[in-house]
Amino acid sequence: MTISQTNGPGRRGTSRIGALFAAPYVLFVLAVFAVPLGYTVWISFHRFYFTAPGAGVDSPWVGLSNYRDVFTDPVVGRAFLNILIFLVINVPLTVGLSLVLAAALNAKLPFRSFFRAAYYVPYVTASVALVAVWAFLFGSDGLVNHALGGLAPDPSWLVNTHLAMPMIAFFVTWKQLGFFVMLYLAALQNVSGELYEAAAVDGAGSVRRFFSITVPGVRPATTLVLIYAIITGANLFSEPYLLTGGGGPDHASVSPVLVMYQKGIEQGHPDFAAALGIVLMVFVLAISLLARKISERGE
Amino acid sequence: MFRRTASALLALAMAGALAACARSGPDAAVAAKAHGPIRVWLSNNAQEAAWGEQMVADWNKLHPGQRVTAQNIPAGKTSEEAISASVIAGNTACLVFNTSPASVPQFQKQAGLVNLDDFPGAERYIEDRSGSLADQYRSEDGSFRQLPWKSNPVMILYNKKLFKKAGLDPDHPKLATYDQFLDTSRTLVHSGAAKAAIWPAPSSEFFQSWFDFYPAFIAESGGKALVEKGTPQFDSPAGRKAADFWRSLYAQKLAPQEAYPGDAFGDGKAAMATVGPWAIAAYKDSVDWGVVPVPTSDGRPASAVHTFSDLKSVAMFSACKNRATAWDVMKFATSRSQDGKFLAATGQMPLRPDLTGTYPDWFAKNPGYKMFADQTRRVVDVPNVAGSIDMWQAFRDAWTKSVVFGRQPVDSALRDAAGKISDILAEY
Repeated sequence: MTISQTNGPGRRGTSRIGALFAAPYVLFVLAVFAVPLGYTVWISFHRFYFTAPGAGVDSPWVGLSNYRDVFTDPVVGRAFLNILIFLVINVPLTVGLSLVLAAALNAKLPFRSFFRAAYYVPYVTASVALVAVWAFLFGSDGLVNHALGGLAPDPSWLVNTHLAMPMIAFFVTWKQLGFFVMLYLAALQNVSGELYEAAAVDGAGSVRRFFSITVPGVRPATTLVLIYAIITGANLFSEPYLLTGGGGPDHASVSPVLVMYQKGIEQGHPDFAAALGIVLMVFVLAISLLARKISERGE
Repeated sequence: MFRRTASALLALAMAGALAACARSGPDAAVAAKAHGPIRVWLSNNAQEAAWGEQMVADWNKLHPGQRVTAQNIPAGKTSEEAISASVIAGNTACLVFNTSPASVPQFQKQAGLVNLDDFPGAERYIEDRSGSLADQYRSEDGSFRQLPWKSNPVMILYNKKLFKKAGLDPDHPKLATYDQFLDTSRTLVHSGAAKAAIWPAPSSEFFQSWFDFYPAFIAESGGKALVEKGTPQFDSPAGRKAADFWRSLYAQKLAPQEAYPGDAFGDGKAAMATVGPWAIAAYKDSVDWGVVPVPTSDGRPASAVHTFSDLKSVAMFSACKNRATAWDVMKFATSRSQDGKFLAATGQMPLRPDLTGTYPDWFAKNPGYKMFADQTRRVVDVPNVAGSIDMWQAFRDAWTKSVVFGRQPVDSALRDAAGKISDILAEY
């Protein structure tokens, strides 16, 4: 009875205090996410452009007109194809490499801390600086082409229609790897060492231990890495913008976000950009859900 | 409780959003007659900023009650993006001394510009200052929403040292015809004197065509704009010749397909550059330069060659509360005296019909600028049409595909681009 008397009002009190503590964050989410998202949806169904304050310009309802423009624009189609190319290269590489590296860096290695920091450095370095390094390596007059001599591709890596997008995918993989290695390293701390010892006693080799213990043991982290890598890929902007001069030859490396920028900011069509943003969001949600289903299959 | 809290939070967020949306600008009728302090934005070009500071100081000395403050245009990828953002935010400076005519239709659509014709005598003032060239800068309704200020006619600057190294005569370069230009370019590159004969940015940004195709097309067509009377002009023999010329430069590896991460001409990697007179001050200590007009297929004399103006305007923005003062400052800054100071400080050409006759002493002391001054008589700018930036982007996309990377024949690329541009013009 005493317990129930204490718990009843206590729970309600906790709920009020909890709501109070949650309020700033809820407000933040509403102000910077929910309201702009709702506004974006509204813009995408209207003929809209940004005007000076007090301009009093009409924004008529146009139904699906902006979406029709998005789906019939060949540049948008190319941008989504580019993202698929990017994801096909980047996601498996990111998951595979970061897991293998994390497993290696989790072992007792000489200079382990140095290696852990070394993989993390590109992630915390500004994109612009890294792009300069990449251009120095893969520019038409870069180090790699000098080493390859007559075998260098023509046109060169970053302006080659077939190579520009894969180059961006490799660049982003390299840049982001440290972050995903850290995620996996954290996940590996939760995998019991006893499992490895038992498997070793049973005669399992290192490859078998990796696939039978490490991979299932970090499955939740793999789901996180997959989804995060997909979202990062779908939001690709600065790499094609900086590395391939605003979308590359014949839109070979243009991304949906880059098209949003060009249409919404440079060309003054925020309605088109808003519709594209919504389409991109649905695309990312669908792929993320699919990735989650696949990664959690058999769990 | 939770429902109430959630409702309150939602209401707060919506109120915040609505408050942000319910914006108002100054009352136009009141602002048009108001005098008082104003802000102006200047280009971040060092010489131009120095002139701007001096001009503002001269004004403030004469008008202590209508103080002008100057600062550089806020940083952005381009000035136009920064200005566009500030138009939407309602915090643009009263005057911007570096407005690109290509962006004027967009700023107009955003209701960001003040119609200068609303000021008594404005049309007459602009026509008197710039002569017939001013007509290119009228909006489609015939009004002036920009004061055409300074021109940077695009010509070919060449590096005499690299020409000499290639065994070419640096004082008499053969660059008048397309064939001559290509021969000279081959000599420059194949001799190893320069990595590139010429190196404009081959990238996809909409404005890059102003420094490769557009000057060549204007020269070849005898002074046509990209679009005239609502019709694209470049799907024509002149457009095809100009595009074929550039395609030859790329196909023969005389112009690189990759953007140079810096200033290729200044670094001695390219032997030539398409530039305006601003380049003289920029390269005077690093390059021994010479200048020739843009080539044409038949090698016209310099006095018959037209080119791209690369002009910048002064525009007044609707966020301005003291527009009467702003108009007075506009006239003061473009007066004969201030134009002379501007010319002396920057080497850029105020858009006046008889520039050399107006400032004879300065040109006598600075003969290197005379060719540019003469060229200002024959300049063509971007068409002042709605959808201008969409139009240039459509053209650039076709250009990079067919001319830079040779993935589509020039004829069909220009035809497709003309079709797209016609659609854009019809849409607006």
